[in-house]
Amino acid sequence: MHEELKDHGFAVIAVALDKNADDPRPWIEAARPTHPSLVDAQHTLADLYNIVNVPTILWIDERGRIVRPNDVAFGSDTFKHITGLSSSGHLGALRAWVKGEAPALSDEEVKRQQPLPTAADQQARAEFGLGQWLWAQGRQAAAERHFARGGELAPHDFTIRRGTMPMRGIDSMGPQFREMLQTWVGAGQPFYRPLPDTAGRPGAAS
Amino acid sequence: MSAFTIVDAERAVPVQAQVTGGRVLLDPVALKDGLGWEIHDGLLCNDSMCIPLADERALVRDGGVDLETLAGALDRPLAFDVAEGAAFLGSSARERSQALAARQAPDFSLPDLDGRLHTLREHRGKKILLVAWASW
Repeated sequence: MHEELKDHGFAVIAVALDKNADDPRPWIEAARPTHPSLVDAQHTLADLYNIVNVPTILWIDERGRIVRPNDVAFGSDTFKHITGLSSSGHLGALRAWVKGEAPALSDEEVKRQQPLPTAADQQARAEFGLGQWLWAQGRQAAAERHFARGGELAPHDFTIRRGTMPMRGIDSMGPQFREMLQTWVGAGQPFYRPLPDTAGRPGAAS
Repeated sequence: MSAFTIVDAERAVPVQAQVTGGRVLLDPVALKDGLGWEIHDGLLCNDSMCIPLADERALVRDGGVDLETLAGALDRPLAFDVAEGAAFLGSSARERSQALAARQAPDFSLPDLDGRLHTLREHRGKKILLVAWASW
């Protein structure tokens, strides 16, 4: 996608919310991306953009304005059978926007869809930040307390609840994650929150 | 007084503090030297701004600056761990919300696999797809 559109004044920036560079390295080296692929152990991006799960995508225009706030999109259909989300809806819309064939969301729509962080969300991120610092100091038991507290304060924030699992020695695809997911979805809460137009676009599963 | 660490904007600042009854009282000199804040005449000031204090006596007690009250005055979340002698000053929900509501994409500076820093700003003038992902 980046190769196809780079002559249209387009860039991709990928940011891995991982505990260190070694965790995402195999994926990045296999994909050999031509765009910047960055590592964000302290979840700086999650804090700045109120990101609560991955993957999360945003579109930013030439003037540095957010023209598609936090949305869910996959680059391929590898996980479509699990997520129910097709990649083609987003890729088609992105291609049309970059080539100037279709506008991004209107200002009003961006404003309506932009999720804003609450005090509890930011308290949870501070707990994550303390936990991450303690973990980096080798103080695992203390880190665990703050990761758990962060997850309690913001149960919808899977960058904390699931994203800390590798630091806590928990398999992030294993039984503890599946149980967390089942409880969450069982309570009627969505794990992925795509914008309504993504869900409604042709090619996207309902 | 004992050694305490405050992580502020990704900097770990060592300070001297007195920990009593679950409260953390910072040495006022450490507050100024480490975090850049100083209290005088009912104001909490750094190099560029002053914040009026509703109650200076709640902030300064027993010769120390109460860390939780300080975070409250700064409108920033505070996570702290008395047993570990460490605290993390987070970012204000109000400040983050105002920035996002203004729809201007916040800039960041993050390393690639080789440790080289990249910013959002250096791509200004292009349409950007920003993707947050993870190996987990």
